[in-house]
Amino acid sequence: MGEQSGAQNAWDMLSDEQSQKHITTGSGDLNDILGGGIHCKEVTEIGGVPGVGKTQLGIQLAINVQIPVEYGGLGGKAVYIDTEGSFMVERVYQIAEGCIRDILEHFPHSHEKSSSGQKQLQPEHFLADIYYFRICSYTEQIAVINYLEKFLGEHKDVRIVVIDNVTFHFRQDFEDLALRTRVLSGLSLKLMKIAKTYNLAVVLLNQVTTKFTEGSFQLTLALGDSWSHSCTNRLILYWNGNERYAHLDKSPSLPVASAPYAVTGKGIRDAVSSHHKRARVT
Amino acid sequence: MANMPVSEMRLPPHLAHLLAARRLDTAKDVLSLPEVELMAILDAGLPTARAAVALVSEAACPPCQTALALLEERVRLGGGGRLATTLCGLDEALGGGIPMGKLTEVVGPSGIGKTQFCLKLALLAALPEYYGGLDGRVVYIDTEFKFSSRRMIEIGQKSFPQIFRQEGLAQKMAGRILVTRPTSLADFTKSLEEMKVTLLQHDVKLLIVDSMAALMSLENEKATAGFRQHPLRWTLSFLKSIAEFSRVPVVVTNQVRSQSNDDGYHFSFEVDKKDGNKCAERFDSHLVAALGIQWAHAITVRLVFESHSGHRFIKVAKSPMSPAVAFPFVVESSGITLLSDESIDVTGPEITSIRCQGQNVLAR
Repeated sequence: MGEQSGAQNAWDMLSDEQSQKHITTGSGDLNDILGGGIHCKEVTEIGGVPGVGKTQLGIQLAINVQIPVEYGGLGGKAVYIDTEGSFMVERVYQIAEGCIRDILEHFPHSHEKSSSGQKQLQPEHFLADIYYFRICSYTEQIAVINYLEKFLGEHKDVRIVVIDNVTFHFRQDFEDLALRTRVLSGLSLKLMKIAKTYNLAVVLLNQVTTKFTEGSFQLTLALGDSWSHSCTNRLILYWNGNERYAHLDKSPSLPVASAPYAVTGKGIRDAVSSHHKRARVT
Repeated sequence: MANMPVSEMRLPPHLAHLLAARRLDTAKDVLSLPEVELMAILDAGLPTARAAVALVSEAACPPCQTALALLEERVRLGGGGRLATTLCGLDEALGGGIPMGKLTEVVGPSGIGKTQFCLKLALLAALPEYYGGLDGRVVYIDTEFKFSSRRMIEIGQKSFPQIFRQEGLAQKMAGRILVTRPTSLADFTKSLEEMKVTLLQHDVKLLIVDSMAALMSLENEKATAGFRQHPLRWTLSFLKSIAEFSRVPVVVTNQVRSQSNDDGYHFSFEVDKKDGNKCAERFDSHLVAALGIQWAHAITVRLVFESHSGHRFIKVAKSPMSPAVAFPFVVESSGITLLSDESIDVTGPEITSIRCQGQNVLAR
């Protein structure tokens, strides 16, 4: 039976799913609603209003994917595709420092270990393992996604691709909306294929727009309904009173749920009101 | 890179000929088409279309850099990539000052001090390096005829009295600030296009647009059915590309308007939470920034100038480098001065709202 090319039986898939690793977000509460963290082999869309922390989370994931295996992480590298110039390198450095500090706090004897073959716990090493592309038009955005297939074949240790954000160029440069829909759906298929083929997480940051539904204007993620069908998981970041919250809006295996999180000097962490006593690294 | 000609890509001859024969001359031409349509146009099979797309993509894709290389480049270029405002608390919150190569927005009700802030920045950019300035020229796009040379020089004399006492310095500084006054979006667009060259040739170190909202409202009045729906989008990406390309800070001022029913506040999954509590909020004198949410997404730093509780505040509402904080300020003869360098934390809906005491704004 399972001899059909490309087909796998559900039992084998189960053991695959169970061994699938997750990338911690830095917040225990957020990890919980995500079933452990951002999943590899899947595309996750993260949307939210300006300033709520999408880029902060994107950068945090690009750092956390690098947490060495001996500390419970994936020990991988990251590709960060920046379409709007949101990537501020000094902030990335700060977040790397925060992550390292938390690792050392949880594994107090680690700095005594020899660093042969292990990643050095220095922010510079974390920055060196983020491959950064700066995209200035939708053509370049399409080009980089297409080129990723070759790039990832040459850099097999990449475990996350972050696109920050998918919306910008497609919102303004495309006059033909029908064509835009077709191009976007082609891109989303490519991204899903990349996630599965190279066993990595694809994280797409998206902006919000307003939509008139049920008699009033509501916030919704940009790029339209057909795009919203194409992502496996969707996380929406929003303000709930004075706190930042994340709402898991779509998932193949987890229930819809919300959790608070915070953006601190060290990066994404649990909200002060969280029941998680300490910021968890793994 | 989008307009990279196919002819320069060094593709295998049969592919190059095929694309040229079908008038697919640039990367954009080839990559804008879905696979199936490309196959149809080329009258070729899937492997050929895929090969063409893969090769064109590789050629058109910008080179990648590691984040470490970016950091080292930033360090090499010096200056920490910031224009210090000399308002110590604000500079600290922003990681040194207004970031270079990014868009910073200054938004607030009229009369609160946005132009005063811009005048001071213009001065700081023009000052020689040994006085803490950027020693460069400034382009000041003044759409509301608010720029006052007299006031700027007064700010200079009061803020840096030792420096400005020097003969001829006031003239030299004023001479470095180029003021243009476009009266329409078309005018503005034209000066921006010319600016790309100016920026490099004339050592421009700061670009100020005061105000952006005024230009946009001019255009909205003239809007006709045939007129391009969103002139803002093009202007937005052009400003961002100028900023990054020339590594110059770009400061844009924005106006405020009262909240309207069109402002969607909530996602559909939040609908149940909408209750009398939220409605009560809207009866306060809360304003929103003009220019909309798309603009808000695109700016890197947002500084909100607002007034409440008898004071004026500069609030860092959006910044990759710091949480939302506010500082009380006043406007004096020496320009904007902070009353305290100790930041006040701002959380929740206060971050995005803009308060203007004394302004009678009731929601409809």
